[in-house]
Amino acid sequence: MASIPILEERQAQIHQKGSQPFEMDCGKHSLAGSVSQRACVFCGSRVVLYPIADALHLIHGPIGCAAYTWDIRGALSSGPELHRMSFSTDLRERDVIFGGEKKLAAALDELIDQYKPKAAFVYSTCIVGIIGDDVAAVCRQVEKAKGIPVLPVHSEGFKGTKKDGYKAACDAMAKLVGTGATDKIAPVSINILGEFNIGGEAWLIKKYYEEMGVEVVSIMTGDGRVDEIRRSHGAALNVVQCSGALTFLAEMMEETYGIPYIRASYFGIEDMATALYDVAAHFNDHAEVMARTRAIVRREVGAIMPELERIRKDLDGKRAAVYVGGAFKAFSLIKALRHLGMRVVLVGSQTGNASDYATLQDMCEDGTVILDDANPLELSKYIIEKRADLFIGGVKERPIAFKMGIGFCDHNHERKMPLAGFAGMLQFAREVHTSVTSPVWQFVPARAAAMAAGEETP
Amino acid sequence: MTSALSTEHFTATQNACKLCAPLGAALVFKGIANTVPLLHGSQGCSTYIRRYMISHFKEPLDIACSNFGEDTAIFGGGANIKLAIDNIRRQYDPDLIGVATTCLSETIGDDVPMFIRTYQADHRDEDLPALVHVATPSYQGTHMQGFHGAVRALVSALAEPEPAREPTRVNLFAGMVSPADLRALRTIIASFGLTPVLVPDYSDTLNGPLWTEYQRIPEGGTPVAALRQSGAAAASIECGLVLAGAGETAGTWLHENRNVPLHRLGLPIGIRQTDRFFDCLAALSGRPVPEKYTAQRGRLLDALVDGHKHLNGVRAAIFGEEDLVAGLAGYCGELGIVPVLCATGGGDGRFARTIRRVVPAAQHDRMQILEDVDFVDIEKALADMDVDLLIGHSKGYTMARRLKKPLVRVGFPVHDRVDGSRLAHLGYRGAQQLFDRLANTLIEEKQKSNAVGYTYY
Repeated sequence: MASIPILEERQAQIHQKGSQPFEMDCGKHSLAGSVSQRACVFCGSRVVLYPIADALHLIHGPIGCAAYTWDIRGALSSGPELHRMSFSTDLRERDVIFGGEKKLAAALDELIDQYKPKAAFVYSTCIVGIIGDDVAAVCRQVEKAKGIPVLPVHSEGFKGTKKDGYKAACDAMAKLVGTGATDKIAPVSINILGEFNIGGEAWLIKKYYEEMGVEVVSIMTGDGRVDEIRRSHGAALNVVQCSGALTFLAEMMEETYGIPYIRASYFGIEDMATALYDVAAHFNDHAEVMARTRAIVRREVGAIMPELERIRKDLDGKRAAVYVGGAFKAFSLIKALRHLGMRVVLVGSQTGNASDYATLQDMCEDGTVILDDANPLELSKYIIEKRADLFIGGVKERPIAFKMGIGFCDHNHERKMPLAGFAGMLQFAREVHTSVTSPVWQFVPARAAAMAAGEETP
Repeated sequence: MTSALSTEHFTATQNACKLCAPLGAALVFKGIANTVPLLHGSQGCSTYIRRYMISHFKEPLDIACSNFGEDTAIFGGGANIKLAIDNIRRQYDPDLIGVATTCLSETIGDDVPMFIRTYQADHRDEDLPALVHVATPSYQGTHMQGFHGAVRALVSALAEPEPAREPTRVNLFAGMVSPADLRALRTIIASFGLTPVLVPDYSDTLNGPLWTEYQRIPEGGTPVAALRQSGAAAASIECGLVLAGAGETAGTWLHENRNVPLHRLGLPIGIRQTDRFFDCLAALSGRPVPEKYTAQRGRLLDALVDGHKHLNGVRAAIFGEEDLVAGLAGYCGELGIVPVLCATGGGDGRFARTIRRVVPAAQHDRMQILEDVDFVDIEKALADMDVDLLIGHSKGYTMARRLKKPLVRVGFPVHDRVDGSRLAHLGYRGAQQLFDRLANTLIEEKQKSNAVGYTYY
């Protein structure tokens, strides 16, 4: 096989556990020409704010950024669906020359009248700062005229990485937090941060917490509502999922409102159970909460175990590769895959930090390839070398797996079914099982050769 | 006709019926052999465009990027583009790197042609890939301008001067059509004994088989050598009735600078436009239309007669790229389908004229033509209309669902079906497939709404 070259500058972001001292050179701007799987600052902001369903999301710039983010996520809403529309100032040449402020103000005026949103987010794209638009000033002016919060999101694509986009989104939300009434909020109450209700996951999780006797004040941002965010400072605890996307906001709320936060992940049995037990432990002066939590975990695990056991028989010993946006999801997936009897042979993330990678290294077995900000060539090289049976990633990773005849599970924003929660774990297992056990792999040239050589069983 | 942005009254674009220029350029570069597209700008542009195209083509689709950072926006992208080219060469060893600018690099005024000349001068002793640049600021035009601009950039950068004329060589600039269509056109031209050079040709690179070994750049595409020889062709054929009015295209460049005769035809959709395409090839080759195609045409006409009642008088709304809509509107006219709405997100002023030319005059007063509009405009227009059918790409699904009208998917993108790459629109076979899909869709609607549940139609 023709060898796939790895760029020298990328070597420090690719490690094989056990083969050398481990120090991931992460958190860097992507290398020009490397074909990073990452997106940009705008993407980070858009991902975080997208599910807020009763807000107007206006993207200020030429058409591309709005066109490519129109209704691209399975972030469900139980009510309004304004978030599923795409709004752009669609800047043209003369706007670039004379400035886009007038157009932005006119667009906000028109859209707010038409859709009556509870708030508006105005995303700056790459060229907005360069053509000198004062977006904040336009937002202030419209906010005054319309009487709703109009929040600039400083998300110019080139001004950092996706993580900076998370922060810009949190900065915008921080202006909403603390502006609503907090009376009638129970003392045993939380906000769920960093859960985007893909396929209805937030609803599953909220149900568990409510059954425990914990009031969920707001979910940021799954099935999100502006008014819930405004009163979220009335909650007793913030529970933060997702590597860092909402951590900025949790830290701000701790500083300003004294609300402590804990981390959580809702993927896999262990992490899901831990997420509930940790919240119960936080409210340990309410003993009944912990008792209920135990009952929920027992019931939910009991409900999925028989089928999980059956699925595990088919998946036992199969090899999985995981490449996701945030490292926290990777932690959970490694544990969830182990539950299915699978071995993780490659794991990587777009935005992990040094301590994330240290954790990953601790979790993985010797020989596992660990990557930061990988590109398609690297991912291909190692899924082939490690003879993965399954790749877990997003849309951009899917064809990499399929071309070489490797199964795939979409664990990104486009998924349509809940993979979080206990019920989600079962869905995840079924998803993996459906792909890995398909009879089509026997016809794949690369794998047929391996089967013929006795290296692989059908 | 309305044009949303032609007045001083500014309005937002809601659910755009267009994409940005770099996407079109990147798609063209994917159709050149051993080529890597490079977007000069921020990381997001290439990633979003990859994601959008992968959802349609379902193939690996590497597009590099020069990864602007804050410093780059201040000091210019010269250093980044150099590093990007270096890294692409080391990773992919390509024959060509197609550089398309983004709104960011255009707005800060990067002189990309100068960067490229400098790079070439600095590496003059090395075996460099061809470096072709196209300016694609997304505030100027849509993905179609990016597409046609990149095709023109390729031939104008590479076509060698004073070539020896090759009487069987034909350049085909088919526009943004499906891999299945490209494959069909290539076969049709070859069947006349001509040597087709399709620019671009992503029929293999974006619709290929599984791999036995990893391919850094998927196999297929028009070789750079063929582009260099494009000035030697006996003729160029450029498809698209709207494009035919454009002043600066690949075809006009080769005509003006390499003396290659240019035939500007419509997309070969339906009977008449396909006939014209075949007539043109027959004239160029001096050979009659091969029997295989007269037989295809015969079966198509037979099917049209057999099924004509399903379609005559049906009212359809067509939306998408200007030339695809124009081609489909013409075909609808041939079938008796009234294109009550023809809409595009593009807008170069030639669209409405073209549509009126291809649709029978008797239908004009029942037809609305919208240029430079978005899906909210289109849906608003449809609210007052009685339509039976929508014809367009999958982004129209949201509207179709609300209107409870069937959507026959054509063109790009088709994100919600498995066969986007395999959809055929062109030639007699494409016309046949379109006819079958249109008629079957209408029959299915009748079955769904009929209380009897007929098992025959």
